[in-house]
Amino acid sequence: MLYFSRLKIISIIVFCFSLIFFSFSNFVNNEDFFLKKKVNLGLDLQGGSYLLLEVDKNPVINQTLQSKLTQVRNYFKKKEIKTFDYKLGKQVVFFKSDISDKEKILELFKNDNELNPYFDVYKSYQYNVELIDNIFELTLTKYGIIEIEQSLLDQAIEIVRKRVDEVGTNEPSITKSGSNRIAVELPGLDNPDRIKSLLGRTANLTFRFVTQNTDASFGSEKLKDLDTGEELNVSKRVIISGDNLIDAKPQMDNINNETVVSFTLDRLGARKFGRATKNGIGKQLAIVLDNQIISAPVIRDVIASGSGQISGGFTFQSATDLSLLLRSGALPAPLDIIEERTVGPDLGEDSIKAGVLSLIIGFILVILYMIYKYRLFGLISNFALIINLFMLLGFLTIFEATLTLPGIAGIILTVGMAVDANVLIFERIKEELKKEKNKVIAFDNGYTLSRTAILDANITTIIAALILFVFGSGPVKGFSVTLSIGILTTLFSVYYIARLLTSIYVIKNKNNEVTIT
Amino acid sequence: MTSKYFFNKYYNLSNIISLILFIISIFFLIFKGLNYGVDFKGGTLIELRSDNTNYKTENIRGAFNKLNLDDLSVKKFGAEGDYVIKFKRSDLNKPDFIKNLKNDLDNYLEDYSFRRVENVGPKVSAELLQDGVTAIAIALAAMLIYIWFRFEWQFSIGAIIAIFHDVIITLGIFSLMSLEINLSIVAAVLTIVGYSMNDTVVIFDRVRENLKKYADIKIFDLTNLSINETLSRTLITSVTTLLALLSIFFFGGEILKGFSFAMILGVILGTYSSIFIANPVLVYFKVSQKTLIKKED
Repeated sequence: MLYFSRLKIISIIVFCFSLIFFSFSNFVNNEDFFLKKKVNLGLDLQGGSYLLLEVDKNPVINQTLQSKLTQVRNYFKKKEIKTFDYKLGKQVVFFKSDISDKEKILELFKNDNELNPYFDVYKSYQYNVELIDNIFELTLTKYGIIEIEQSLLDQAIEIVRKRVDEVGTNEPSITKSGSNRIAVELPGLDNPDRIKSLLGRTANLTFRFVTQNTDASFGSEKLKDLDTGEELNVSKRVIISGDNLIDAKPQMDNINNETVVSFTLDRLGARKFGRATKNGIGKQLAIVLDNQIISAPVIRDVIASGSGQISGGFTFQSATDLSLLLRSGALPAPLDIIEERTVGPDLGEDSIKAGVLSLIIGFILVILYMIYKYRLFGLISNFALIINLFMLLGFLTIFEATLTLPGIAGIILTVGMAVDANVLIFERIKEELKKEKNKVIAFDNGYTLSRTAILDANITTIIAALILFVFGSGPVKGFSVTLSIGILTTLFSVYYIARLLTSIYVIKNKNNEVTIT
Repeated sequence: MTSKYFFNKYYNLSNIISLILFIISIFFLIFKGLNYGVDFKGGTLIELRSDNTNYKTENIRGAFNKLNLDDLSVKKFGAEGDYVIKFKRSDLNKPDFIKNLKNDLDNYLEDYSFRRVENVGPKVSAELLQDGVTAIAIALAAMLIYIWFRFEWQFSIGAIIAIFHDVIITLGIFSLMSLEINLSIVAAVLTIVGYSMNDTVVIFDRVRENLKKYADIKIFDLTNLSINETLSRTLITSVTTLLALLSIFFFGGEILKGFSFAMILGVILGTYSSIFIANPVLVYFKVSQKTLIKKED
């Protein structure tokens, strides 16, 4: 175990130096360095906000079933099959048919792709039909729901990205998490209130007429006017919606001296709006945002230009926010903020300072102890330990890993445990020196005989670290990353660096007294 | 082959002590339970710094008391003027929640800032707890399987009993002292599992080696011999690991205190259990050279 070929020695040196070189990327100005990578600091170290949003899929599922109900009814009408007693339950559609048609209906749900689409990818239908007590029960299958969730999440993440980008924070990261969640990381942001209130609104904007007759064909609903506080009866027929907007911005209205949101419609929207204002002069137009009326002006003139203003007692801030929401579009479903973690930048700085301080102190203590215990071999082991730390940092840099506070703890723990392998070896060599006269053989045996114990010991720790990586979340994941990489670099530094130095020393001093103490 | 210390003399005594500690710990875990942090219980944690030197914990608590928060706890946190406030409230996911809280608080406190806010909904906390428990269970199972492959089943049982001993007593002490269990404690427990295993494996490795070498030494003395031969390694590694951990405990800041404390307990218990728990199990199962040979046939 003590022999190293020249080629091996060179490879070891090259490998170490390149990793150490990579690690320097963190200490110099990145622009001038060939490797434009750095270890990222976690939100707990640089300060920032983490938000976990959950898409509330239930309203959309109900909507889907509602429109499915209409579709199924029309479908059977067209096929001239009598179905009746349609009812919308909780995530289920009920309907009945004549007894003679039952088989036919079930058959159609199986074979007609228009009525019940089949997903080849999942090998499943979109809907599930069961006949219980002569009532058909139509529900979404597991994969039907997954399909909805995925498209919801894709749409929602786009809107979230737009809104966060509009606020203009520094390098935000917006990622999917599981089947119905979005993780938003906002480095450097110590007050996420504004983002939270922007993300907490669906921003569903509609222009609808205020109506008197309650039995219009589209139906109507009572909505509250935010400005006056009174309830108005608003038609369910949508004239134009937020989808028709191409721009919105806050503006100072000089006539009334208040802040308004001015908007521009696309061509289709402009045409619809023009027609509606032409037919509806004298009527009250309700501007509805998330089921609340923000203003309900009376139409005095035809608006054909495709642009207009919304006034609603805005402050400049609220007008800015509303414009931003309108520009980025409506969320397909409400988002719940189910987890929030915010760390102020000064706390992050304190954590870095404390982490680095404890790393240095722990490191010095371990180094002194090793020198005290093993003298020259302690020095060798310490040298390997220092290289080990730089190599660990080099790997973290290459992977652009995120360093968190528990991650720093992982590095310190690596320092404590890294010497273990060397201790095992040195102790074993001591034992062998008692039995064996030939020093080279004793050293060689020491390395060979301690190997299984070292491997076992490190594999068990790596198992624990990997499990933590899979199940851990956030900062704790950083701990498992540094610990696992630390174990690998430790094994390398022990078996290649420390062993190389030991072998050079032992072979040189073959005939002299060699003690490990 | 003479052993310097007779650890095996104390096998029975130490097993009785461990058993008592273990039962007391279980007792505490069942009847007092663990003090879960917001990660696992849900709720809000605020780290508050106040520059007003006149404020005492009572002032801060008084101010928060006026806000109608459930399950409120206010504690000093490290440096002068730093506090950690924890509470529960049902409307956590309202976007304006923290903003409104600050507005209300402004009526009662001045010169303060929120350094850290953690807000965990009930669904997330339940998942985090489940993940934590699953992770620890899988880690234990993985260790069991690994050592089963590497050694004989008797060794495997010895190692697992030792790990259980360490984890349960560490958690028992956390329960006794009402220390907070959060995500980083789960990380600590997993690391303890790894460390304790590591320690046990090194001694077992030597036991196995000695079993092959000496047919005539009984397992009772053989374990003692193996412990002695590996003793200096066991102690030196424990010392270096403890040095690193003590450094985190004293200088690493408040947030890492719980983590490093759990690890320190774990390392001490792990070192003890690898000698006094894992080895007696081998004696109990009367492990001998035959145990190893049977497998090789």
